[in-house]
Amino acid sequence: MGYPHPPHERETQVLSKHFGNPEARTLEGWKKLGGYEALRSALAMEPAGIVDIVKESGLRGRGGAGFPTGVKWSFMKPGDGRPHYLCCNADESEPGTFKDREIMRWTPHGLVEGVAIGAYAIGAETAYIYIRGEFTEPLLWMNRAVREAYDDGILGENAMGSGKRIDIVVHKGAGAYICGEETALMNSLEGRRGNPRIKPPFPAVAGLFGQPTTINNVETLTAVPHIIRNGAEWYKGFGRPDNPRSTGTKLFSVCGNVARPGNYEVALGFPFKDFLYDVCGGPPAGRSFKAIIPGGSSVPILTMEEAEGALMDYEGFVAAGTMLGSGGVICMDDQQSIPKQVARLARFYAHESCAQCTQCREGTGWVTRILERMLAGEGQSDDIDTLLELSEQMTGKTICVLSDSCATPIVSGIARFRSEFEALIPKSRSHVPVAAVAV
Amino acid sequence: MAETKMVTLTIEGRQAVVPEGTSILEAAKTVGILIPHYCYHPGLPVAGSCRMCLVEVEKMPKLAPACATAVGEGQVVQMNTEKAREARASVLEFLLINHPLDCPICDKSGECELQDFTFAEGPAVSRLHEPKRFNPMEDFGGDVLYVTNRCILCTRCVRFMDAVAEEPVLNVSERGDRAVIGVYEGEGLTHAWASNVIDLCPVGALLSKDSLNKARAWELDRTASVCPGCSQGCNMMIESRDDVIARLRPRPNLEVNEYYMCDHGRLDYRWMNRPDRSEVPLVRDGGALQPAAWDDALAAAASLIGDREVHVLASPNLPNETLWLLRRLVDRAGGSATFRCATGDEAPLPGVEDLALRADRGANVHGALQLGFSRVDFDSPLAGVSSGAVLVVADDELADVKPEVLRAAASVLVIGTTTGVPHEVADVVLPVANFAEEEGTFTNLRGRVQRFLQSRGAPGLARPTWFVLSELLATMGEDTDYFLASEVFDGLAAAQPAFAGLSYDSLGLAGQQIAQTSLAGESA
Repeated sequence: MGYPHPPHERETQVLSKHFGNPEARTLEGWKKLGGYEALRSALAMEPAGIVDIVKESGLRGRGGAGFPTGVKWSFMKPGDGRPHYLCCNADESEPGTFKDREIMRWTPHGLVEGVAIGAYAIGAETAYIYIRGEFTEPLLWMNRAVREAYDDGILGENAMGSGKRIDIVVHKGAGAYICGEETALMNSLEGRRGNPRIKPPFPAVAGLFGQPTTINNVETLTAVPHIIRNGAEWYKGFGRPDNPRSTGTKLFSVCGNVARPGNYEVALGFPFKDFLYDVCGGPPAGRSFKAIIPGGSSVPILTMEEAEGALMDYEGFVAAGTMLGSGGVICMDDQQSIPKQVARLARFYAHESCAQCTQCREGTGWVTRILERMLAGEGQSDDIDTLLELSEQMTGKTICVLSDSCATPIVSGIARFRSEFEALIPKSRSHVPVAAVAV
Repeated sequence: MAETKMVTLTIEGRQAVVPEGTSILEAAKTVGILIPHYCYHPGLPVAGSCRMCLVEVEKMPKLAPACATAVGEGQVVQMNTEKAREARASVLEFLLINHPLDCPICDKSGECELQDFTFAEGPAVSRLHEPKRFNPMEDFGGDVLYVTNRCILCTRCVRFMDAVAEEPVLNVSERGDRAVIGVYEGEGLTHAWASNVIDLCPVGALLSKDSLNKARAWELDRTASVCPGCSQGCNMMIESRDDVIARLRPRPNLEVNEYYMCDHGRLDYRWMNRPDRSEVPLVRDGGALQPAAWDDALAAAASLIGDREVHVLASPNLPNETLWLLRRLVDRAGGSATFRCATGDEAPLPGVEDLALRADRGANVHGALQLGFSRVDFDSPLAGVSSGAVLVVADDELADVKPEVLRAAASVLVIGTTTGVPHEVADVVLPVANFAEEEGTFTNLRGRVQRFLQSRGAPGLARPTWFVLSELLATMGEDTDYFLASEVFDGLAAAQPAFAGLSYDSLGLAGQQIAQTSLAGESA
């Protein structure tokens, strides 16, 4: 179901099959729908066997980076005498993305099951689900699901009677976008300020509490029980045949100027044009699309020409000049000002920068002030060049990619809609002399 | 010990060979290359956040932070490629957009790393059209003032308080360009070592209230010295302006104090500038002390002592050279060599092994004990003086002692820096230089002999303590025609087995260890 809309016939519902079905929220109901069978069979397998199946399925990280999940799991070395941890990243804060929220609201047991399988596969006895601070309702459902699972013996020191210990702790964040960055999330879990850590060491070597840690997105972990139950071949069957590197289904959160905003699940490789105009109903009546950000606010903006030719998978979006990202599709119609949208995104990143790295702390604020001054009619002739040069220096130079994410909409916005930015610079020679202040 | 694997790499065309695990930044230092940086400090955990030390490493797709990237065999590192230079210039530009241009009124000006690197390779103009962010100043407690606007959020201060002082009272508050260093509610920089954050601050954000607006960095003369505040022997720099000592700051010595110095030692310098000084030799004549020429005063002192027993009460802040000569004075006809030392609470710096403000608040307690001095009760320093002896008071003001107590001795010779109680009963007064006005050596509590240099001139006719003593002994017929502190030290090293093998030259400015001995009378 393209929740909250009735499902579209061209959707492929795996994760979203029970969205809107209150029965799926309870343990009893979830079991009736076949829940926890995958966990039972997983617990009967060797952990390495589970990792192999996930590897074979081609499942890749759904949080944005798209790293192969099975490969990530194989970095963990069971039996090294150290505690291992699994973190589930439920700090879904990327503007335009709200898929994990629906997973947790409607199928909390699906996530619990995925987390439990993941924990077992990497040799972790404890898993943390770090939920975004603003997600009050998903938190309620997750807490309830975990409690039910404990009461039923699914979790705890003898998980499903297997003799294996699996504990899940649900942790509520305090409201910071940066805590969705994996190492910042770990700092936050440890009770520190949510600042990303310098890598290496990578989490698989020294993560949460300095121990080997794997961190996966909600959607990734929720897909795992389906893969265990139906097999890697079944999962690989979703996706376009000519691109074996993107397999399975993906939830897309659609928002902005679109007839039917909501969450839609399609097989990877789905034509983006059909998705926008058919599945999502196209632009609002009487309008036309102008630009699309297809993967959450951190990926490049596409013109409609680029978007309409794109295929919805990791490689397809890269070929179109953007990225799959988190799958947050932000639609902008002909009424929108691109500079205004870019300024709004820049303001978001300026607000959320953790303040560690110089380029990000100062750069995000500076580009925001330039963009907002331009929008206020005070544009200056050097503004566009300055924005591009600052963006260049904010890219690829910092501990995490928040700074890059702030630069991306600016660079892609100017590259594709330059005239709109130029229009904000008064034609006449400015009476304000360009400040040349000696430093 | 496992053998350390060495790694060979090329930095800016120079070959460096360093132990495995060394950062590129430290490796570069070994071949004389300073990679600009702000957040990195060798004494603190690596933050890797200022991004100033980005360098180009062959085969790495992105610029790498030199402070947080370990060396690799055969690595080729370049810091002056266009990409790396642009990145550094850009970091400087970013740092400067919200940094006030108040260098003319900033205490850090002249020794500011932001100023230095901007001058070297920063942008000459700013592209900022917007107003700068403004935040008010804040008193951080202790001796520290936080000038928020100048802060570049390098977090050296936060990491020092967290990891070295182990009293986490500082934090980063807020996010983005609104971020500032904060002090936790109800807390302050009152830790005994907190003022080190002032030296650690690469810009003028953390300032000493004590030296606020006192002097510009370029007006100060700097002299390598050793802190006389306790028996730890932290290496320090005396900074003076026009012969007035304005500031004491730590001088790195990894064997003693790493990069640090405690607040007690740092702020205890005003006595070095005291104006109430003993400036002229005095000899008692007809009931009153009368000025005398040096030769006459030395002759008077020599005849005062004659062949009588000598009781010495010395300051534990006198150098080894002087203490050794005092010891020789006592050895001529018998007597006793004593010192007293004030004590206080010990205050360790937990993050550094064996570093503390020591209970003994005297620099040369170990040296005095090594040279055969005995420690006497601080409250009754003259209890052991026999009535027939000559009392030699060497640089102890005796402010807490009544003149009658001094009169117990037959005669009193004062070798002192200041006027005061001993003058009331002295038969002869020989004016001497204080610690900052002479050079010499101290032996710290671990038996490390360290040199300190002369920072300012002595007033009037005052002469160095060891010079006055060697003149006095020469007047009495001893072969002590020493003219330089080094000559005295070398004589001492030849005569005292514990100092065998040391020479003034070999001590250098980092000091040398003497045979490790634990001596009775020393507080840990």
